Amino acid sequence: MAINVKNVQKFFIINGRKIEVLHDINFSIGDGQIISIVGTSGCGKSTLLKVIAGLEQSTSGSVELNGKKIDHPSEKDIGVIFQEPRLLPWSSVEKNIEFGISQTLSKSEKKKIIREHVDLVGLTGFEKALPKQLSGGMQQRVSIARSLINRPNTLLLDEPFGALDAFTKINMQKEVLHIWEKEKTTLILVTHDIDEAIFMGDKIVVLSAKPGTVKKVISVELPRPRDRTSDDFARVRRLVYEQFFPKEELAVEYNI
Amino acid sequence: MAVHNIFRVKALFKNLFLALVLPLLIIILWQIASDRGLIKPSIFASPETITVSFDQMVEKGSYFKHVTASLGRVIYGYIIGSMLGLVLGSLAVLFKTFGKMVDPLIGILRPIPAIACIPFFILWLGIGEASKIGVIVIGAFWPVLLNTMQGIRSADPKLLELAKAFGKTRKIMLCKIILPSAVPAIFTGLRLGISGAWTCVVAAEMIAASAGVGYLISYGRELAQPGTLFVGIISIAIIGLIIDILVIKIQKKTLYWVDQED
Ligand SMILES: Nc1ncnc2c1ncn2[C@@H]1O[C@H](COP(=O)(O)OP(=O)(O)OP(=O)(O)O)[C@@H](O)[C@H]1O
Ligand SMILES: [Mg+2]
Repeated sequence: MAINVKNVQKFFIINGRKIEVLHDINFSIGDGQIISIVGTSGCGKSTLLKVIAGLEQSTSGSVELNGKKIDHPSEKDIGVIFQEPRLLPWSSVEKNIEFGISQTLSKSEKKKIIREHVDLVGLTGFEKALPKQLSGGMQQRVSIARSLINRPNTLLLDEPFGALDAFTKINMQKEVLHIWEKEKTTLILVTHDIDEAIFMGDKIVVLSAKPGTVKKVISVELPRPRDRTSDDFARVRRLVYEQFFPKEELAVEYNI
Repeated sequence: MAVHNIFRVKALFKNLFLALVLPLLIIILWQIASDRGLIKPSIFASPETITVSFDQMVEKGSYFKHVTASLGRVIYGYIIGSMLGLVLGSLAVLFKTFGKMVDPLIGILRPIPAIACIPFFILWLGIGEASKIGVIVIGAFWPVLLNTMQGIRSADPKLLELAKAFGKTRKIMLCKIILPSAVPAIFTGLRLGISGAWTCVVAAEMIAASAGVGYLISYGRELAQPGTLFVGIISIAIIGLIIDILVIKIQKKTLYWVDQED
């Protein structure tokens, strides 16, 4: 689904004061594209995703899906992976993943796709475990499976791999790309990890803080699958880092 | 595994012993004080007298009759009171308009102790079963109502947002998120409700009844039979304790997702 974010502005009232969190945000995503959004903590990335998902109302401006304004979320079109796992504490891993299913399926079909997704996120053997019995990263993987199981047209991911170790993270990135290739999903990925932004995105939207504004949109024109160790990758990495640090500081590697 | 079990059994006995030390000590001192004439036997029946009274009542079959009379009333009134509390509490939170209408009423009526209504109930419903059950209904109703309301309000907004993001209907939101979130608080309410109901039955029976544990106490006072009186008091304590242990057991099973201490 093509998405158009037009002049989005968002105010929050914090302690009686009106605070501008998003200021005149404009960018667009073609159908089946992947956009990475990077920016410092608190700059409004999660808020922007919620506006796109229709979970928060923007103060002004609009978000259009295939040219139509969205009012409220519908399960088929947009899937969201939240920054926190948000699992139902009283439900097992299986049941939590099942919560994501919105199509009407027979019992055996449900069982089959749940098993596939448990495997996909590497939680085989933990089907009956409760969230409190899982580590933070395992919980996040359940949440990823819950959103993937629906195969939404558009998937919004809010730092989905933040709680994972480097190896699991790279595997999960590959799995998401795999599904993206197969299903032509449109992806919006919020991340703190610049390499992840480059590895995944067709475009990188760099947000600056207070208020959140689009500082720069960087196109990543590298062939897939991307090689994190290639010179071209390093060139793009340098371009992104320059958005956060003045050039002379870049002698050392930084991580935001 | 076997070693583990031995440790558990040991710990169990140790805890049981620790729990019984003080009550046993009190009973022994009580008996000694009675034997030496340090306390008045016409008021403080000695443990021995109490045991004798108890044995006599059990033999006559009257003890069983009193206990079942009280328990029957509690179960009856508790079921009605807690159901009312559950339903009204849920409705008051889920339907905002209804909530706004009943909120002030709750504020006014809640501070009235159930026991204060006993004379009114006797006047209204007579000295039969209805008046006693009415009081128990009220005793169970308030804690269940208030805790149900609090529980239903306590649903995590992040989970509600999740359901919204997944396009879930209000009905699914209610069944899968709002009600499960409310269960721990509802259990607290049910637990307070049963102890409220138990208090109320005793109070109601002391004022007007011809059977029941409460009746046993006032009968013991009227006929100057401190043994009977104490059998009544101790029965209240023990039955109350058994009920609480049962409820805690059920609570642990039901609230499997909540971390609870042993
Ligand atoms: N519901 C809310 N009410 C009031 N203020 C809010 C609300 N949600 C977010 N904010 C404010 O909006 C700003 C942006 O928050 P947001 O969660 O979008 O940041 P973020 O870029 O996702 O940060 P992080 O990378 O740490 O997750 C913050 O200053 C926050 O205080
Ligand atoms: Mg965020």
